[in-house]
Amino acid sequence: MNVILMGLTKHFPSKNKRSKEVVVAVDDLSFEIPDGQLVGLLGPSGCGKTTTLNLISGLEKPTAGSIFFGKDDVTTVPPEMRGVGLVFQNYALYPHMTVLQNILFPLENLKGDKKLSKEEMLKRAHDAADLVQITELLERKPAELSGGQQQRAAIARALVKMPKILLLDEPLSNLDARLRLQTREELRRIQRETGITTVFVTHDQEEAMSISDMIVVMKDGSLNQKGRPQEVYDDPVNLFVAKFLGNPPINVFRGEVRNEKLFIGQEAVMDAPLYPNGPVTVGIRPEGFVPNDGGRFTCGLVGVEVMGRDTSVVCSHPEFEGASIRAIVSSENNVDASKKTVVFDLKPNKVFLFDVDTGRRLRPGRGSR
Amino acid sequence: MKKSGLKAWLYLLPSLIFLGFFMVYPLVDVLVYSLEEGYNSASQTFSGVGLYNYAYVLRDPYFLQAVKNTFILVIITVPVSTGLALLISLGLSSIGKLRELFRTIYFLPYVTNTLAVGLVFMILFKKTPYTDGMVNMLIGLFGGKSVDFIEGPYWAKMFVLCFYTVWIVLPFKILILTSALASVNKDYYSAARVDGASGFRIFARITVPMISPMLFYLIITGFIGAFKAYSDSVALFGTNLNAAGMNTIVGYIYDMLYGDSGGYPSYASAAALILFAIVFTITVINLFISRKKVNA
Repeated sequence: MNVILMGLTKHFPSKNKRSKEVVVAVDDLSFEIPDGQLVGLLGPSGCGKTTTLNLISGLEKPTAGSIFFGKDDVTTVPPEMRGVGLVFQNYALYPHMTVLQNILFPLENLKGDKKLSKEEMLKRAHDAADLVQITELLERKPAELSGGQQQRAAIARALVKMPKILLLDEPLSNLDARLRLQTREELRRIQRETGITTVFVTHDQEEAMSISDMIVVMKDGSLNQKGRPQEVYDDPVNLFVAKFLGNPPINVFRGEVRNEKLFIGQEAVMDAPLYPNGPVTVGIRPEGFVPNDGGRFTCGLVGVEVMGRDTSVVCSHPEFEGASIRAIVSSENNVDASKKTVVFDLKPNKVFLFDVDTGRRLRPGRGSR
Repeated sequence: MKKSGLKAWLYLLPSLIFLGFFMVYPLVDVLVYSLEEGYNSASQTFSGVGLYNYAYVLRDPYFLQAVKNTFILVIITVPVSTGLALLISLGLSSIGKLRELFRTIYFLPYVTNTLAVGLVFMILFKKTPYTDGMVNMLIGLFGGKSVDFIEGPYWAKMFVLCFYTVWIVLPFKILILTSALASVNKDYYSAARVDGASGFRIFARITVPMISPMLFYLIITGFIGAFKAYSDSVALFGTNLNAAGMNTIVGYIYDMLYGDSGGYPSYASAAALILFAIVFTITVINLFISRKKVNA
């Protein structure tokens, strides 16, 4: 089932009771989540992504805007009637019930013609447990499970009532690094097997990029960009999205376009055809640097970190905004660590120009000024 | 290792001495008194050793009345006060505005003196030659017959006593339960709502189990407190409780020691030990049940 958000807005009253100001958690958010896809809601903490999830689940009522599940307007439908499965960041497994009782709980709440017999309930619960591979843990209490197992139990509880939409709030943040990688794949597998439209919230771009069919990048309650992870990475609409995606992060320089050439400092580092003249913010992906002694972009060399397949070249430049430039180059390119400087050529498709004030992406021929 | 054990005992010593002097020794003494027949506190003499004191107390109609009163009080007030406290706490947790104000109002009886509350209850319930009291005025308004709650029939007096006891113990229970409710992570409620649970099911399957340790604490201490009730009865019916037929076990013990018919420490001791046995048994049963039911 696809989910459509239209002009979704959520205001919270200010924490300070005396001030009349409101906190805008979600601001005029509109996008569509296609049927059967795994969508990552991505953004820094406080960007409104969890609020968006709660709005989809019905736990929060929007201040304005509407939500559609398929053709049905569910904006005013209470959470228990929406048929969504929700996995909480802390899992929220009921501590006084066993895993099996936890998984059965949503089924026991079904009423009317949806009511199931005891046998059916047990069968569904076991199917859900099999899917997340916790069959042997069903008689345990949540406190007797590891973080990863609790996570699976919570997913089983969310899936057992066969929801139309599965929502996960920071599903991996409470797991250690190794388990996170493993669970990430697991999540992908479960989503593929069930084909349930799934939305998950994360602040970890790697997590979102690695398993999502589509990512939605949010900042300050509004949508910045959405699309397939690679598309968004390769074609960010603004400096925020460019900075937020990618690890190591994009390198940002102060630069200027003069006569269709991009200058960083005194060097014309790249041709910039059809760009208007004027100062720009330059973002260069770490993989956009190609060491070449005859190149055009000279940086101070700080160090070389060999990582097997790749080499990370740490550089400095007076026009760089930040601590140190990090370039990822293939190990076949020998960078002489004893030298004081390193010279690069830049891959044009890895270099993005942004408006200095608004951070908006500048594109050839139709500058924003 | 041995040295640190010694140190621990040393730290415990002051309280052990204190407890020994003021708890264990008197308790043993009470046991001794209760077995000494014909004990005279003035001459410190007794005629024999045996269970006669227990036999006397258990046959004393005043004691049997006190036991009956106490049990009725316990059986009515503990469930009623705990249930009411739970309802009020749920209400207090769900209202947004004025919550602090209502909390304070509900807590006021706790900081009010028992005897002062008793006085207020007298005004509400007592019949005098000049007025029938507020409650009787209300009953009259609805066309009922006026009842003498303080000196009238037994059920009326028992009603007032239970009403009064519930009123007195309610604030503490509300205080405990509101904080217990506040400590439940809201995510459980959200999860249950998304799981399609109705309000009542959330209450029965999530809320109550989550606060069950506190509920059982209140039930156990409620039982103990109600079994030891005395001052409530005095506040309402005066000191001659045997005459009013509203004595409690602790009241009986007090009367045996200091009352108009007092001066019988042996009977008092026997009654005290019977009370101890009752409270002990009930508490053990309570703990046994709570082991099975409570989710700590």
